Amino acid sequence: MKLKTLLAKHKSALISRWVDAIVETYPSETAKFLKSKKDQFSNPVGHTIVAETKNLFDQVLEGVDREKVTPFLDRIIRIRAIQEFTPSQAISFVFSLKYIIREVVGPEIDTEDLDQELVDLEATLDFMALVAFDIYMSCREQVYDIRAKEVQQNAFLLLKRANLLVEKPGPKPEDS
Amino acid sequence: MDTKPEFKPGNFLYAGKASALETVGLANPRDWSPTDDDWKLPADWKGIVREGMAERLQRFRSFKLFMDICVRCGACADKCHFFIGSGDPKNMPVLRAELIRSIYRGEMKTAGKILGKLAGGRKLTEDVIKEWFYYFYQCTECRRCSVFCPYGIDTAEITIIAREILNLLGTNIDWIASPVANCFMTGNHLGLKPHTFKENIEYLVDDIEEYAGVRIEPTFNRKGAEILFVTPSGDVFAEPGIYTLMGYLMLFEHIGLDYTWSTYASEGGNFGFFTSHEMMKRLNAKMYAESKRLGVKWILGGECGHMWRVVHQYMDTLNGPADWLEQPVSPLTGTRFENAASTKMVHITEFTADLIKNNKLKLDPSQNDHIIPTFHDSCNTSRGMGMLEEPRYVLNNVCNNFVDMAPQVIRENTFCCGSGSGLNAGEYLEMRFRGGLPRANAVKRVHEDHGVNMLSCVCAIDRAVFPALMDYWVPGVGVCGVSELVANALVMEGQGEREYNLRGEENPSYKPPAEDEASAEAGEEGEE
Ligand code: SF4
Ligand code: SF4
Repeated sequence: MKLKTLLAKHKSALISRWVDAIVETYPSETAKFLKSKKDQFSNPVGHTIVAETKNLFDQVLEGVDREKVTPFLDRIIRIRAIQEFTPSQAISFVFSLKYIIREVVGPEIDTEDLDQELVDLEATLDFMALVAFDIYMSCREQVYDIRAKEVQQNAFLLLKRANLLVEKPGPKPEDS
Repeated sequence: MDTKPEFKPGNFLYAGKASALETVGLANPRDWSPTDDDWKLPADWKGIVREGMAERLQRFRSFKLFMDICVRCGACADKCHFFIGSGDPKNMPVLRAELIRSIYRGEMKTAGKILGKLAGGRKLTEDVIKEWFYYFYQCTECRRCSVFCPYGIDTAEITIIAREILNLLGTNIDWIASPVANCFMTGNHLGLKPHTFKENIEYLVDDIEEYAGVRIEPTFNRKGAEILFVTPSGDVFAEPGIYTLMGYLMLFEHIGLDYTWSTYASEGGNFGFFTSHEMMKRLNAKMYAESKRLGVKWILGGECGHMWRVVHQYMDTLNGPADWLEQPVSPLTGTRFENAASTKMVHITEFTADLIKNNKLKLDPSQNDHIIPTFHDSCNTSRGMGMLEEPRYVLNNVCNNFVDMAPQVIRENTFCCGSGSGLNAGEYLEMRFRGGLPRANAVKRVHEDHGVNMLSCVCAIDRAVFPALMDYWVPGVGVCGVSELVANALVMEGQGEREYNLRGEENPSYKPPAEDEASAEAGEEGEE
């Protein structure tokens, strides 16, 4: 518990380092933009990263619950899943928090003898990474599903006229 | 500038098919793929590029200016949806332009030829062509960057020229080349033959009868009609475009318009615009040719984006003057469309807005009460032709719940759908999701804050690509053309119960006839 108090105390430094770590997975010109522009419409990616790392950090303090953490992770990963990242690059940001914690509060962990708590917390982050991987996979599957659906929509009437589609709900013959 | 793009599934478009290129006489037809090491460029490809650039620097003053005057102030840098969504710095408009500007300096300007990199120049290599192919097909020619450039530099025009030069080498994409070939041979992108085109519309006529209880008899290729109606062919076969087309049919029936469809000028879209100025002209010509053959007075055009950019900015110069046509006057309201004085062509949304303004439509907007629509300004109708008020005016009259998105992302600041200018291919979905991210993000805001559940638009490419974009980024938001919402609200003469919408779904806003109420009231009156 002491570790979490410690993390809470250093919350803003930890979050800001975490944001940096995510933003730095992009080329440097982009990283600059992602961090500087605050408007949610002009900079949706940067805005999402900042907002969701805060939410995720709170989750880490609370103890990660799959259902609760999913929407926050989803908003970041949904973006990375369609950008130029490999799967591991897309979700590696979850692990970065481990190193950041060691960097920022490492000495205090040593002096306060919080090693066991740190091991437990890292296990929580590992769990969060697994959830992240599930989300990544579901985003990718969605891309394939949507692609298949779009092919149908693009030729909808031709397929329908050729009786190649399942009928949509509508008035049944006896109604008309 | 020196890292090579890596072509991976999802981030490149398939190469133009040899057969399509042959059909319209485009250069260097061959089988190839962007993932091949050898792109099989013509033997003298460098000479072709240099000559192609030189010729265009002469022909297009804008291109020459845009090559010379950029001061690299960076105002445009973060305005491109592809940069914002992909995070790839070469999608900053200034760097996109630099891809070709550096060759201009290195190959065409004396200082650059001698000083090379020092003067910001570089030499032509095959990798440059690969990079052009990668990034000039990551620009939707949307012009958003130009709104923010203090010099008015329009990177869209640079992309247009770059793609033209790529076409001289046969380095083009199938999603553009095949529609161009189909359009040239049969009149529309999918290559629907005249009878199929007609049968599709007749099928929709049957659906209208089934769902709205009115029988409509459209005419095809009818000589002597007052108006020729041309719409993008996506409205004839794709979902949800077909419901927009049903909307046109019902609107014209409602006002008794004397118009005809053409099975030859059966495409308003013009992918020639994404190929070359010459190809744009060839494909555009059929609209005027058909208007002459049929002897109509003027042309009414359906909901489309780039079709309107071509009509508005180029048609009169390319294929005009169409002096057999008259300046469009609405037969219902007498309104003279001054803005169409040269092109003789009116946008359906302008036409509808004028009808509403003059009380020519019987409307029951409560039929759309279950719909909370927002509106996407297509880059082409907003930045390309300045149509900003009309769609909003129409929406506010046919719906009770219209909500606009944030001011920084609508009207001339609109974010592109991310799939325009011929990039709406299935194999490019991931790239399109990147480009469409800023738009989807703004929709998400109004979806969460105001319960918006419908993204309306006046562009066929939007209608084709937004369902996928919404499914991924903002599930729960549907997509429709403005004319579909108009038709929902129309009170047609002799119509049946509007229990179902044009999609054949139960209409949640349907109110059963007030018979009980009416008789109850009558009863009360009787008692009094
Ligand atoms: S025209 Fe549009 S897509 Fe092209 S660089 Fe400018 S903002 Fe980007
Ligand atoms: S805003 Fe205009 S002048 Fe400034 S970098 Fe962009 S294109 Fe160049």
